[in-house]
Amino acid sequence: MNPANYVLLSALLFSIGAIGVLVRRNAIIVFMSVELMLNAANLAFVAFARMNGNLDGQVVAFFVMVVAAAEVVVGLAIIVTIFRTRRSASIDEPNLLKY
Amino acid sequence: MSAFPWLTTLGVLPLLGSIVVALLPKSKPTLAKQVALAVSFIVLGGTVAMALQFDGSSTAPFQFVESYPWIPAFGISYSVGLDGIGLVLVALAATLVPIVILAGWRDIEGDQESEGSVKGYFALILALEALMIGVFSATDVFLFYVFFEVMLVPVYFMIGRYGGPQRSYAAIKFLLYSLLGGLFMLASLIGLYVVSARELGTGTFDFLSLVGLDMDPNTQKMLFLGFFFAFAIKAPLWPFHTWLPDAAAQSKPGTSVLLIGVLDKVGTFGMIRYCLPIFPAASEFYAPVVIGMALIGIFYGAYVALTASDMKRLFAYSSMSHFGFIALGIFVFTSAGQSGSVVYMVAHGLSTAALFLTAGFLMSRRRESALISDYGGVNKVAPVLAGFFLVAALSSLALPGLVSFVGEFLVLLGAFERFLWVGAVATLGIVITAAYVLRLYQKSMTGPVNPSVEGITDLKGREITALVPIAALTITLGFYPAPLLNVINPAVDWTMSTISAVDPDPVLSSEGGQQ
Amino acid sequence: MTEIIPAEGIFGLLWVLIALPAVGAVILLFGGRRTNSWGPYLGVLTVVGSAVLGVLMLLAMMDQPAEQRTVVQNVYDWVFVGSFQASFALQLDQLSMVFVLLITIVGALIHIYSLGYMSHDPDRRKFFGYLNLFVAAMLILVLANNYLLLYVGWEGVGLASYLLIGFWQQKPTAAAAAKKAFIINRVGDVGLSLAIMLIFVTFGSITFQDVFGQASEASEGTLTAIGLLLLLAAAGKSAQFPLQAWLLDAMEGPTPVSALIHAATMVTAGVYLIARSNAIYDAAAWAATAVVVVGLITIFMGAIIGSAKDDIKKSLAGSTMSQIGYMVFAAGLGPIGYVFAIFHLLTHGVFKAGLFLGAGSVMHGMNDNVNMRRYGALKGVMVITFITFMAGYLAIIGIPPFSGFWSKDEIIHAAFERNWVIGAAAILAAGITGFYMTRMIAMTFFGKKRWEDDAHPHESPAVMTIPLIILAIGSTFLGMALLFWGNIEEWLEPVVGYESVPTPLPTSFYIAVTLVVVIIGAIIGWVMYARKDVPVEAPRGNALTRAARQDLYGDAVNDVLVVEPTYRTAQALTTFDTKAVDGFVNWTATFVGDLARRLRRSQSGFARSYALSMVGGALIVALALILVRL
Repeated sequence: MNPANYVLLSALLFSIGAIGVLVRRNAIIVFMSVELMLNAANLAFVAFARMNGNLDGQVVAFFVMVVAAAEVVVGLAIIVTIFRTRRSASIDEPNLLKY
Repeated sequence: MSAFPWLTTLGVLPLLGSIVVALLPKSKPTLAKQVALAVSFIVLGGTVAMALQFDGSSTAPFQFVESYPWIPAFGISYSVGLDGIGLVLVALAATLVPIVILAGWRDIEGDQESEGSVKGYFALILALEALMIGVFSATDVFLFYVFFEVMLVPVYFMIGRYGGPQRSYAAIKFLLYSLLGGLFMLASLIGLYVVSARELGTGTFDFLSLVGLDMDPNTQKMLFLGFFFAFAIKAPLWPFHTWLPDAAAQSKPGTSVLLIGVLDKVGTFGMIRYCLPIFPAASEFYAPVVIGMALIGIFYGAYVALTASDMKRLFAYSSMSHFGFIALGIFVFTSAGQSGSVVYMVAHGLSTAALFLTAGFLMSRRRESALISDYGGVNKVAPVLAGFFLVAALSSLALPGLVSFVGEFLVLLGAFERFLWVGAVATLGIVITAAYVLRLYQKSMTGPVNPSVEGITDLKGREITALVPIAALTITLGFYPAPLLNVINPAVDWTMSTISAVDPDPVLSSEGGQQ
Repeated sequence: MTEIIPAEGIFGLLWVLIALPAVGAVILLFGGRRTNSWGPYLGVLTVVGSAVLGVLMLLAMMDQPAEQRTVVQNVYDWVFVGSFQASFALQLDQLSMVFVLLITIVGALIHIYSLGYMSHDPDRRKFFGYLNLFVAAMLILVLANNYLLLYVGWEGVGLASYLLIGFWQQKPTAAAAAKKAFIINRVGDVGLSLAIMLIFVTFGSITFQDVFGQASEASEGTLTAIGLLLLLAAAGKSAQFPLQAWLLDAMEGPTPVSALIHAATMVTAGVYLIARSNAIYDAAAWAATAVVVVGLITIFMGAIIGSAKDDIKKSLAGSTMSQIGYMVFAAGLGPIGYVFAIFHLLTHGVFKAGLFLGAGSVMHGMNDNVNMRRYGALKGVMVITFITFMAGYLAIIGIPPFSGFWSKDEIIHAAFERNWVIGAAAILAAGITGFYMTRMIAMTFFGKKRWEDDAHPHESPAVMTIPLIILAIGSTFLGMALLFWGNIEEWLEPVVGYESVPTPLPTSFYIAVTLVVVIIGAIIGWVMYARKDVPVEAPRGNALTRAARQDLYGDAVNDVLVVEPTYRTAQALTTFDTKAVDGFVNWTATFVGDLARRLRRSQSGFARSYALSMVGGALIVALALILVRL
């Protein structure tokens, strides 16, 4: 199968993720969209590794997974804390950190 | 030449001293001062010992050379060494620091406004001394840049934490203005590295290798500007001077002495050490502009000083006028002008120190007022103070027989040799200088005793001890400047050879008599 | 060209001449209160020591043949850069010799006089310290063998003059007068500085020997420029037109200072400078003519001011201006005049010092009142002062055989050798001298008592009268001694040159005319001020008198032409500095601040809007990449 299709799929997933981040208000959904984008990137890395015939992309994909895992830990913790104090998971609500 | 690492030792000593002072408990301010004073005296002793070993007849451009690789990937090394110009400036710094510490003994705790602790001030002074020694002795351009920028940090805190009511305004203005200049210098520095990489194969920041570069004149013109802009702000030349009056007016006298007396010399030092040898073609190209700025500065500073109502601002503007003379001497490319400039740097350091310290002593007796109109008739109440003030004032107007005269006359002579009218016009500056200096003396020290200074005490032992060395040096070096000239002249000759400048011959010998 | 002999024997002590008073000054000024009791005596001793040494050197010099009297002592190398060399080197020749003697002997007498005059001043020690400083600097001035070292002495005497004019600093007028003197002298210094530079650029050396040896080779334009610049310097120091305004104010200083510095020695430094640089003026006719003109203008300005002032010291100061005008005038005449300029300088130094000290003695007895309208009939009360003053009076107006007669007569004669118009002018000025000096003695010693109620005139103590007597003897005999016994023309000829040109009429004719004019002037003065009562309040006077009381509007002219424009420029520049230069710097800061205040509005706090801008940014980057690729 043509590896370019994987790249196209990755682009599609990334776009879905990006739109999800932009349009949804629920923090959990936004968070999942971010994960979707990360995985789209991973897919692209692996596809490129296949296309180029070396392992660099796969190695980076592992890095991304580690980073994503770390991010999940921190991110979920923040979301849970905000939910506890505000009783809401909307990301438009906490807007105190501004000019 | 001894292999003893003089410069590193002299640089590290005050730095260690600074750390020790900073770590002392806050409850023992006197101990902090004593340690600081002791360290500064050790450094002074070391500097004197080193200066005695300096070989005036040596043909090597630098002595006491040390070099260790630092960031070899970019050709950066820790290289230090001194020529005559660097030596006298290091000596100036090492002389002024103990004096400033002694003079500022009680400046901090008496002041309710200062935020910082006593020990902090003295730790900063020592840190600054280490950096000053470093900046004058660096022979790696990158190392010089690092010292040049890091120096801002202690000064920023010395102004910003220990200054007058407007101190944060003054400190920020000083910092931003200097950083702006430093930024341009950084850009030029990187450019220089790129050029050296192209010319030599491997890039380097080594000063002597950069001097040998055969650089295209147009590149020189661009890179020169970056360096010159930084130095013109530091010195400061007209019109980049407005941070100076604010900084001077808001600082403690000791801070002002180190800032104007030594730190600002880095600007003029940089011009003669870096701008000229590395960019000879550009220096020649820009010389008319620089001379123009210098001339404007001489008169502009003097005129503004004539109407100043605040003593410290007056000193700042007068310094600006003097820096005009110094820059003028450097950019007329005659050995008289350049030697004169270096002598003038030392002389100006001494006279500024005397002026700021005496004024500081006076102000500490009159609730820190710097307004000239708050004084008058001080000569009657505190004759010793007035006497020192007079010596400082006369040194500022370059009275023959004082060291500043040697510098000023040589600068004017050098200018006159090269461009007759420039020298002639600059000479007119000595009249206005006399006018503002004597106006200050007349209004503050003579006349009927102003009720507000009645009953003030005269200078005491510690204060006299701080001022005597300055006055003694001013007079001694004025009558016997050979110790300065012996080391400065070879360095200036070397600089002149790098820019292939030759002194003009006298009219009679060059034209064989009858015109 | 006379040969230069290295200093040996007693001349090896040349530096001691300067060192003695210099050490005295250092001890007195830095020694503090410890030296209060014995300091003044030390000050006197050092100058007396220099005077003795000077006399010994004179004797040694007289043993040498005329062309071997120039001795040079190189003390050490002073300023040296490239080809520029200025040594601390002293040169003693016939010209500096007579100056050394004038400075040290008159200086010593005035020091002694000051012991009495200043005995009640709390700052007596400082006064003697400054006087010593002055003597040291003046000796450097006349002993220097190059122009730069001369400049050190030149400015040193200026400093001493500044300090001594402002000695009673708590008086605002004294402080202002001191500042004025220094600043006006500074204008002259510009001339000296530039002259030194031009000399170096032209000749490649600044020692007298090298410069004068090559003077004839330089172009006349250059020499004229140097000559005019030196004239500017001389005008500043010697209070010649147009830099004359400071001398009258300088009378704020204590009277011994006026005698030593502002009459006998320092103010004649300009004459010394011109006479010393004779080789330059001889080759620059225009510059020499300018010297004559400046001298002539000042002769009359000084004489007119001296005729109108009621303040005895200011009247004498006007007279000093006028007499120095004579010297400058004579120096401008060239080789026929240099010798007589110096001759008049010496006799004037003695008799004017005597007159000033006499005036001081009068003031001492009159509660420091200087207004001659409050004097009168003092001849019976102060006999010694009166007699010594009369000796000075007869000397200054030029009555034979008093010393001023010989020197002034020679100058007038030399003027006629050049041109009868300037000769006639010199005679007329001599007549005015006769008038104002007669006015002065008439108002002071003759007429009726016009004393203030609390004045109890008395003769001064011996420490003051003995110097007066010595100076009076000098005023009487010095002229004859120098002319007939000392052969002043022959003595100075190797240094300044001398030639005599025959005049159309016999010498005795000029002497007779001069004497007649002087006596007419004196009679007018006598009739106006001794035969008639002098009003205590000054009458309004005619326009010339009023102008002369205002120093011929010298200050007004300076104010309008120099002081006011300077201050206005300074004010304008200060405004420009705060508004434009610093204004721009602060505007930049404000601009950045404002911009930041606006831009931070975009930080709305909504996470999704940040995300949107991120996506937007990414799209732009991607688009840019694609576009560049295409």
